[in-house]
Amino acid sequence: MNKTINQKAWLFVIPVFILVAFNAVVPLMTVVNYAFQETFGNNVFTWEGTRWFKQILRSERFHAALGRQFLFTGVILAIQIPLGIAIALTMPKKGIGVPVCLVLMSMPLLIPWNVVGAMWNIFALPEIGFLGHTLNDIGFDYNFTQQIGDAWFTTVLMDVWHWTSLVVLLSYAGLRSIQPAYYQAAEIDGASRWAVFRHIELPKMKKVLTIAILLRFMDSFMIYTEPFVLTGGGPGNATAFLSIDLVKMALGQFDLGPAAAMSLIYFFIVLLVCWVFYNLMMRNEAQE
Amino acid sequence: MKKIKWLAPTIYILFLMLPIYWLLNMSFKTTTEIINTYSLWPQKFTFENYITIFTDSTWYTGYLNSIYYVVMNTVLSVAAALPAAYAFSRYKFLGDKHLFFWLLTNRMAPPAVFALPFFQFYSSINLFDTHVAVALSHCLFNIPLAVWILEGFISAVPKELDETAYVDGYSFWRFFIKIFIPTIVAGIGITMFFCFMFSWVELLLAKTLTAVAAKPIAATMTRTVSTSGYELGLLAAAGSLTIIPGAIVIYFVRNYIAKGFALGRV
Repeated sequence: MNKTINQKAWLFVIPVFILVAFNAVVPLMTVVNYAFQETFGNNVFTWEGTRWFKQILRSERFHAALGRQFLFTGVILAIQIPLGIAIALTMPKKGIGVPVCLVLMSMPLLIPWNVVGAMWNIFALPEIGFLGHTLNDIGFDYNFTQQIGDAWFTTVLMDVWHWTSLVVLLSYAGLRSIQPAYYQAAEIDGASRWAVFRHIELPKMKKVLTIAILLRFMDSFMIYTEPFVLTGGGPGNATAFLSIDLVKMALGQFDLGPAAAMSLIYFFIVLLVCWVFYNLMMRNEAQE
Repeated sequence: MKKIKWLAPTIYILFLMLPIYWLLNMSFKTTTEIINTYSLWPQKFTFENYITIFTDSTWYTGYLNSIYYVVMNTVLSVAAALPAAYAFSRYKFLGDKHLFFWLLTNRMAPPAVFALPFFQFYSSINLFDTHVAVALSHCLFNIPLAVWILEGFISAVPKELDETAYVDGYSFWRFFIKIFIPTIVAGIGITMFFCFMFSWVELLLAKTLTAVAAKPIAATMTRTVSTSGYELGLLAAAGSLTIIPGAIVIYFVRNYIAKGFALGRV
């Protein structure tokens, strides 16, 4: 769409700008403040320069947490995106099935995150939970509070349960925007199911899929509450993702300087990935 | 072939419902029964957990607090985001692209990063433990999202609509309220749904910014762990009840979801 140049449009944006800046600027500056200084309380600060950044970037603890985080996000995306598309493709297109599917599938999205964690905790506990009990009954030695593999399996399964529906809803929206004429044309050409998917459905879903991937990347990279309630980051540190590790450092040990430096590095990584993604998205849009 | 098509969504929905059923199942059991016997449905069906929640004010005020700040945040986010999304969709102005990306970066800020500074900031301006504080802090991620979604819907409305209205002698605000908002009402519905959703489920900030007076229900739940051991029955009942507001909201927007999503962008 061709846009008119109009500087007065800023007036429309000002409320949003103020509300967001109110929340973003002061807290962010507080973090920056801690990241470069050392404090022993009483508001006495000494300048530390980049010491905390160097310390964090060299610490094995941070490398390990970052590694776990990337692994988790990678696994989540690899499962949720294809699964979400597949389910959206098989969903009914009209009739009573549509609202039934939409309403039931949206349910997990609207449950508070710590309830999700608590729910999965009692669902997966080996003694009293359905999942844990059933797995042990059929011969697996399953205990997510003690075994690293089980803890990962449960955390990933929980996230798939929690968020795949978002991908489904978005993909479904993309599919719905395709005109029936495209399908008719494909049928006349005798196109295979795969060809229809590859050349009609996938290109039409590109935009919503980018949003889905971006949202899932951001949210899984920031995940805190659900694994915290489910496993508490354990066993050991096996499921201590970046946010969990960060809160441990800031509030558990009160190492505010290193924690703030880690926050900034963390935020910078999310920003960098999203910036690259956002630019790719915009370039695609410009090409269309 | 037709039957196989139904299979995948059905299995998926069953998988989604299973943990929810398990939570409901436990909410109708006593804590003793949960710990001592494993059963697929309650042996001694009891409403005791729910009665406790509805008669104890520390429990039910938690629900009221949550609903109060979530509604406040949803209204605030959508009201502020509407004109901004219109501006981003229709006009070019100095720094528009940078501003748009800056807004999105706030959606990317991990709440764990901001928890402590938020606490200090809101304490220093005397808003700590108020509903306003939580509603305002949730704007950090809900406003960018609202602008992003609304911009998509507004861009799908042809510009000719605006121009025709001006030719007919409508002033801007009259056009905006009388014609434009009804045109994108499905988009507004979807946006409200998303704002409600992300404010309702977020807990880290809500918990950090409240102590007693505005404490959200999901934070009240952690009480069951600390006071008298692990009150699983109560925990399950409280958890089950947090699903209801979401379910009601989905029911009301179900047509918007189908229609709004069909509009294309989101």
